[in-house]
Parts: sequence; structure tokens; C-alpha cells
Amino acid sequence: MTGDRTDLVSDAAPEEGHDPSRRRLFALAGGAVAAVLTPGVTLFARTLTVGSGKTPVRYGLLIDSTRCTQGCDACVTACQDYNGLSKKITPDTAQWIRKVTVTDPQTGLTRSFPVMCQHCAQATCVDVCPTGASYRRPDGIVLVDKHRCIGCRYCLMACPYKARSFVGRVVKDQKPWAPRGKGTAEACTMCVERVMDGKAPACVTACAERGKKAMVFGNLHDPKSEIAQKLAQFPTTTIRADLGLEPGVHYRGI
Amino acid sequence: MATMHYREIPGRSFLYWAGLAVCALLTVAGVGAGLYMRAEGHHVTGMNQQIVWGIEHVFAVFLIVAASGALNVASIASVFGRTIYKPLSRLSGLLAIALLIGGLWDLVLDLGRPGHVLDAIIYGNFRSIFAWNMYLYAGFLLITGFYLWFMMERRLNRYSHAMGVTAFLWRLTLTTGTGSIFGFLVSRSAYDTALLAPMFIIMSFAYGLATFLLILIGGFRALARPVGERIRGRLKILLTVFVAAVLYFAVVYNLTNLYMPGQRAFEGFVLLHGGVYTMLFWVGQILIGGVFPLVLLLGKKGASARTLVMASVAVLIGGLAQVYIIIVGAQAYPQQLFPGMIVHSSFYDGVVNPYIPGWPETTLAVSGVGLVGLIVLLAVRVLPFLPLSLADEVTDVHGHDQTVTAAGAAATP
Repeated sequence: MTGDRTDLVSDAAPEEGHDPSRRRLFALAGGAVAAVLTPGVTLFARTLTVGSGKTPVRYGLLIDSTRCTQGCDACVTACQDYNGLSKKITPDTAQWIRKVTVTDPQTGLTRSFPVMCQHCAQATCVDVCPTGASYRRPDGIVLVDKHRCIGCRYCLMACPYKARSFVGRVVKDQKPWAPRGKGTAEACTMCVERVMDGKAPACVTACAERGKKAMVFGNLHDPKSEIAQKLAQFPTTTIRADLGLEPGVHYRGI
Repeated sequence: MATMHYREIPGRSFLYWAGLAVCALLTVAGVGAGLYMRAEGHHVTGMNQQIVWGIEHVFAVFLIVAASGALNVASIASVFGRTIYKPLSRLSGLLAIALLIGGLWDLVLDLGRPGHVLDAIIYGNFRSIFAWNMYLYAGFLLITGFYLWFMMERRLNRYSHAMGVTAFLWRLTLTTGTGSIFGFLVSRSAYDTALLAPMFIIMSFAYGLATFLLILIGGFRALARPVGERIRGRLKILLTVFVAAVLYFAVVYNLTNLYMPGQRAFEGFVLLHGGVYTMLFWVGQILIGGVFPLVLLLGKKGASARTLVMASVAVLIGGLAQVYIIIVGAQAYPQQLFPGMIVHSSFYDGVVNPYIPGWPETTLAVSGVGLVGLIVLLAVRVLPFLPLSLADEVTDVHGHDQTVTAAGAAATP
């Protein structure tokens, strides 16, 4: 084949006004441009498809703000207890989950519900992380590789949900399933090790046991799952849906 | 045709050694502060979960932006063929490298795990503008280093134009990258605009030239080497244009935000009731950094050494104020998770976040400046970066100057 191609090229008489060396130059330039552009185009194409494609499993949460009550913080304390987080509230305390109270100034309607890492399909923390320490698992859970995190805090700057925290002090009495490292970023892990054991995250379990059953956990891509069925039943939304980040945490009544 | 002589500075005066000692001390203090933050954790700083980038980032970004702008003088000489600036090219290149190293120093020592910084290159995530910037910074140091070499080695002078063009294009890309660190973020009201990239480029022109002018005029006065009115006049015009352009961008940026109903609350914070940020905007950025230098530069004595120094200091103060608002002000203003709603939480949602720089990060921030001084002072002593004179009779506007670097070289032909 190669030989044929060579013959064809060598037999062809150069057309008038067309310098073969110039043609070679164009070919070379074309090749160089293709070599430079291909990885970029591939990357861009991949960026467009990541998250948008339907994977068999995408874990997510549904939070019903019409059930969640203002005084209840069962989900928050469960997270703190399970993951070994401090209960002290100071400006530099890490908070993986928090209860927010949102009031519409036009109507006076107030809602209270938990906000945590939204495990976005188009996660800004994953995009901006210079080392790839922030990553998204195929099942949709967004995590931080503590070994690779350099502590630049760009993910804290980039997260629209204020969901990331930075470990600013030595952490003692860590839980083996929730390792934390001074100088690294962290956030809700969706209790990934519990999920791998077939259990729900600690906050969801606590809400079911001590709260108002306002949280549902499950596989968003399984039509038979409770979460998928509920999402199909009534209107829900995501926080800052306008940003197009495709969060894995959905809310009802906000 | 004039011959340009360059010579190392003697570096024996008290002033030189005092300057060197202060810069070295600041640099060492920065190492101490960085190690302390690393050992204790960032809770010893004024930063927290709300203000995650503090004063050291302000200085780091300022120095990095100024680095790119400091190379402007060399670019004008070699890219645009303005030979009057050619004698300043070496200092321009040196300052660019020193400022970038100073900025990176602040950034790296502030990291939660500074020892792992190379992971950003080894495991570079190419969807991260931050990772791209790592390559842009490394490339800038390399290209400017070669550019300096080609300028200073007579046998390689013929390549300096090509390297100058490369450096110019690279620095434009670099500052676009620095601006995009913020411009690409959708998370905060102050960011998420393509305007930040060109704005950072024009900021770099002003800050870089102001830094360059201070070093040039201050250094030449200390060395008793003359800086002629002709060259001062040219630099004055450049600085005037750059300062005016920074003001223009500030007006466009804020007007754009004011026009968007969703952004008006943020603009109200910056322009009217943001406390320290409002003051920094009007007094620091606009008055000291913009109006005051323009009045000085457009005055009758605009090209005098004293006026240029005063205007440059004002531009730097205004620049620091501007970067402080861009970085810290943007974080102080509450993130808009629920636009238009009243939000409360234990994680300080919906409130303006206070920030008082702590001594560790302030020491680190200033140490970056110390390192810049240290590099410049050492470099001008060991290599011929500075021309012996920039008097009017030496700087040739129209002709091509010859370059002589040997100490005690022949007199002007």
C-alpha cells in the first residue's frame, strides 16, 4: 500500500504553478496542526460527554425541603460523628454538611434544608484542580485524593456551593474510613465506604431515624430505585441549576 | 551613533549591603513563615474556610502580573523596534524573571503541602487553568532567560529579536492565563467574565512599568548614573497610557456589573457599603492608583524623576488595592447559592466574611518582594545588566546603538 502511494506521488506530474515542495510544506503544516489540535479536540469532546452520558450507576440524593424542619440537625451531627468532624463552629472549622435557612424576601416563605457537596457531573472542583486530586468516580461520587492534593484551595474558590473545606490544623482521632490530612481540601464523600457496603450515607440514615425522612439516597440512573421514582413523581430542582453543573443532589420545594 | 556600555555595579556601598541584608532577611522570614504555616496548619493565619486566599495571594498575583508587564520595555525595543528602549531591555528581562520568582515563592510557600508542588506538572490536569499556568510560568522563565542570554551575548544578538517576539507572545498568554484563573470561575459574583483576561494584561502593563521605573530611577540615582529626560519622557507617556487604560477597564467592568440586575448587589458592596473594600476601591484603586498618577504625569513636571517615582509608587499602591479587591473582596462578598434570597447557616452563608491578614501570611507576602530585591541586587552585581548612562546624548532615538559589555570598554566612537 505504502509503495503504491509512493508511486502515485512520484508518477504524478506537478501541476503548473504548484511547487511540490510547497505541497510538502502544506502537508507538513497540516500534519503539525492536526497533531497539535487532535489532543485538544479529543479532550474537549471528552469534556462534553463526561457526565452527560448515561452510566449504569450514578449515586445521588433527593432532599425534600417541605419535610425538613428548621430545628432538626440530625444529618449534620450524624456526619460529624461518623466522619470524625469537629462540632465546634468557628470560621475555620470544616463543615461537610450544613443546614441553610432560605427566606424569600418577597413572600416571607422560609425553608431549611441541608447543603453538602453536590457531586456534580460537571464538577468545577474537578475541572480546576491542577493535580487531578479532585476526581469524579464512575458512579458520580466526587472525592479528593489526599495524596495528590497540594493544598492550593482553588477548588474552594471554584465551588459554587461552598461545599469544600480546607484542613487548617492537625487532625487527631481520625476515623479510619474518613482519612483527613492537614493542608488538603476535603468535602462530603457521600460516605462512599458505606455506599460500597450497600448502606445509605450517614446523614440519610440519621434523617430517616431521627429526622423527618426528608432525604433519599440511591442510584439516579436506575428507574426502579426509590430516588429515580420520586424524581419522576414531583418537580424538583438543583441549586444554581443555571450554572449547568448537573449536580447529583436534587431538592424539592426550594 | 552612540555606543551603549553596560557594567556590573560595584556593590561596595553601605546602601547596597543594607539593601541586600534587608531583602535577605525578608526572604528568610518568608521561609520561616511558610514552614510555620506548614507545621501548624493554616489556622495560624487570618484565612479560614470563607477567605481561602489571603494577602499572600494578593502579593503573588500582583508580582506575577507585574513580571509580565516588566518585560514590556524589552518587548517595545525588540518587537516594535524602538531602539531608545534597547538599553533598558536587560533590566526589563531581569526584573521580569525576579518578579515572577517572587510571586511563585509566595504561592508555593502558602500551599497546604508545598513539597508536592511538582505534582501540578507531573500529574497536570489540562482542564485546569491553574495547571496551564504552571507551564506558562516555567516557560516564561525559560524564554526570558534565553532572551536575556541572546541580548547579552554578542554572538547571539541576531537571535534576540526572534526570542523577544516569542517572549512577548508568551507573556500575553501568561497574563491571559493569570486573569483566567479568576475569569473562568462561575462560583463568585466578581468573576465569571472574559473581561478579566484583557484587564489583567493592561494591569500588568501598568504595574510592571511602575516597578521598572522605580528600580531604574532609584537604582541609577544610587549609582550616580544619569537617566536622561528623553528616556524619562518616553516612559512617562507609556505609564500615562497604561494607567488610563487600567481606569478604563475598571469603569467598563463595574458598569457592566451595574447594568446586570443580578450583579447590582455586588456592585453596591464594592462601590457603596463594602467597608474596607469600598474604601480600597475609591481611595486606593481609583484615587491613588488612577487619578493621582494621571494628574502628576500630565502635569508640567510629568517627566521629572521625582514625579515618575511618585506616580509609580501611587500606581503600585493602587494596584495592590485593586488586586486585593479582586481576590479578597470577591471572597468577602457572600456566595450566591440562592440569588435574591436571604440565607443563613452555620457556615457563614449570606454574610460578608471578615478578613484580617495574620502575621504569617503577611510575612510570607512581603518576603516575595524581598526575594525580588535579592535577585535583582545580586544579578546586577555579577552581570552587566545596567547601562553606564542613559543620558540624552547616549540614548539614540533614531540610530542603532552598539552594545559593549566589557568593563571599562572603549569610549564612544
